[in-house]
Amino acid sequence: MPLMRYSEALRLAMTEEMERDPTVFVCGEEVGQYQGTFRVTEGLLSRFGPMRVVDTPISEIAIAGLATGAAMAGLRPIAEFMTWSFALSAMDQLVNHAAKITYMSSGRVTCPAVFRGPAGTGNQLSAQHSQSLESWYAHTPGFKVVLPFTPADAKGLLKTAIRDNSPVIFMEHAGLYAQRGEVPDDPDFTVPFGRAEIRREGTDVTLVAYSLMVGKCLKAAEKLEASGVSCEVVDLRTLVPLDMETIIASVARTHRVVVVQEEWLNVGFAAEVAARLADEAFDELDAPIRRVGGADVPMPYARELEQAAIPGEDAIIAAVRSIVD
Amino acid sequence: MSIQSVAASAASDQGDADLLATYRLMLLMRRFEESLYRKYREGKIGGYLHRYDGQEALVAGVIPQLIKGDYVLCTYRDHAHAIACGTSPRAIMAELMGKATGCAGGKGGSMHLIDPANGFLGGDGIVGGPVPVSVGVGFAIKYRGDKNVCLCYFGDGAMNQGGVHEALNMAGLYGLPIVYILENNGYAMGTSVERSTGQPEMVLKAQAHGIDAETVDGMDILAVRDAAGRAIARAREEVRAQFLEMRTYRFVGHGVADNAQQQRFYRTEDEIAAWKEHDPLIKLRNLLVAHGALTDADDEAMESEIRATIEDAIRFAEESPPPPLESLYEHVYAEG
Ligand SMILES: Cc1ncc(C[n+]2csc(CCOP(=O)(O)OP(=O)(O)O)c2C)c(N)n1
Ligand SMILES: [Mg+2]
Repeated sequence: MPLMRYSEALRLAMTEEMERDPTVFVCGEEVGQYQGTFRVTEGLLSRFGPMRVVDTPISEIAIAGLATGAAMAGLRPIAEFMTWSFALSAMDQLVNHAAKITYMSSGRVTCPAVFRGPAGTGNQLSAQHSQSLESWYAHTPGFKVVLPFTPADAKGLLKTAIRDNSPVIFMEHAGLYAQRGEVPDDPDFTVPFGRAEIRREGTDVTLVAYSLMVGKCLKAAEKLEASGVSCEVVDLRTLVPLDMETIIASVARTHRVVVVQEEWLNVGFAAEVAARLADEAFDELDAPIRRVGGADVPMPYARELEQAAIPGEDAIIAAVRSIVD
Repeated sequence: MSIQSVAASAASDQGDADLLATYRLMLLMRRFEESLYRKYREGKIGGYLHRYDGQEALVAGVIPQLIKGDYVLCTYRDHAHAIACGTSPRAIMAELMGKATGCAGGKGGSMHLIDPANGFLGGDGIVGGPVPVSVGVGFAIKYRGDKNVCLCYFGDGAMNQGGVHEALNMAGLYGLPIVYILENNGYAMGTSVERSTGQPEMVLKAQAHGIDAETVDGMDILAVRDAAGRAIARAREEVRAQFLEMRTYRFVGHGVADNAQQQRFYRTEDEIAAWKEHDPLIKLRNLLVAHGALTDADDEAMESEIRATIEDAIRFAEESPPPPLESLYEHVYAEG
């Protein structure tokens, strides 16, 4: 299997799907001539031409509308937001239009669009550029919500997203773009939605996470292993649909769980996982469910404050210790 | 230099002393940006860094004409605006280095400089973001019956934001005392104006909302001062929204990541060189020299004074403490 970056894996997914299906096209800011802000769409314009790789003005509402309407009219758009922070003005097109048209029409009209781009915190980008908002979308019925961690998943999940007949919120992590991993080059390789992946097996505590936080959990698990605590790490991969079965099966082995997210802790996705565990697997639990998440503050600029606001390995380790010691 | 003191010097109209002050201000902006870039490369400044090199006249020819009680809103390309509003170079440098002594307490960084005591309501990291906000600021001025104005800067790329058009419409409809300065530097990141709109005549877009609009050569400080003076007076006296499209050019990349390699995707070195022929700083310098208002010795003295100001700001910022960890949860909500 070829070794490639997360960003290259995303590009390969788009390239293969565009080759396979002439209705697939890409649109967004700087996706063509500039070769992509993060180089994800590099080379696509020269390969597929300006009708299928559409450079747009800085008009997020209309970008979301372009993808929504084109999808309603039979195409399969992939709309790139330069970052998910900039999609906020497009919330109405996304939530009130893309997410609802299938239901409002009793399925007579669908919206097979993919909305993708980088999300997440870090790099001292401060309050308006450094945030995770996946719960906003997971909260909204009608969206499937995908956050890949590995390059292989980036490819396989994006292909599934493009083929899916519902609107998909596909959140990449800017901090993962340069990560390398083995990626199947088989054009038939896809990763199904709603199947979590166990990234590390363990017996004492289950760590549930997604996107960049999976990496932090793996590092925390390594350190904990050295002090005799064995952690299992579950990578959710998709928040909607959510694979409770895999989570519960893991908790049934470990009886302890920490749910980790990068977004603000208050009303975040970990709360949903925790509530569902309390509902569906209460008898399996030997300790309170712990959550780890970002500080409930707009992201500060100063490096020292930013570090304190973003959940790190230490916070994960502390949460684990609080339920095993 | 506070807004007031600069305004006082502007009162002598286009006298030499006043133009010298403008030149000094532009020189400070240019040297300040250059020092920021050095500090960024040293790793002392993080996040994004958007420089104003080449666009100085749009600020140096406008903000000094404001009076106490006027407001300024602008984009993430905000260092020059803060300097012109009278924010101390120390507080700006400290903010960029993420220090407690910064003008935003170290919480904002480059894109979010702010200084309400000097009328500066801040930079904004969201393209088009300040424009809807300007409507509220203009409304508050009118509501109180103050004889003030709100100056709102935004870019050519921002002209394609939906929220900008909602805001311009309200500003025109309600007759708000706002002066919009469109910083038309020809590009939004790597996208030229021609590639981003079916109607590149920006004044038409403002006029469509009932706003007085004019195009100005933004590389000509005298033209900028003149047009801004008239627009500010009309906004203040007639309480009507004004719009100035200022044609300018950024001499450096969009931000630090937009390096020479990246810029090749959208502009040529010849184009950059051609615009540098119109460098507003050099043009003003030549004008002052031609009038006998500036000698080489004066210029060197000004350079070294500015160098000292910047070195002082850097020393102050480097020696300042970072914000205390307890401040992480401070100011999520206002007191009271
Ligand atoms: C809503 C939104 N979309 C995208 C961005 C990313 N972005 C930052 S600056 C910029 C270009 C803006 O160009 P322009 O308005 O012409 O201002 P300039 O940078 O030229 O001063 C882009 C696309 C953003 N900050 N906000
Ligand atoms: Mg521009």
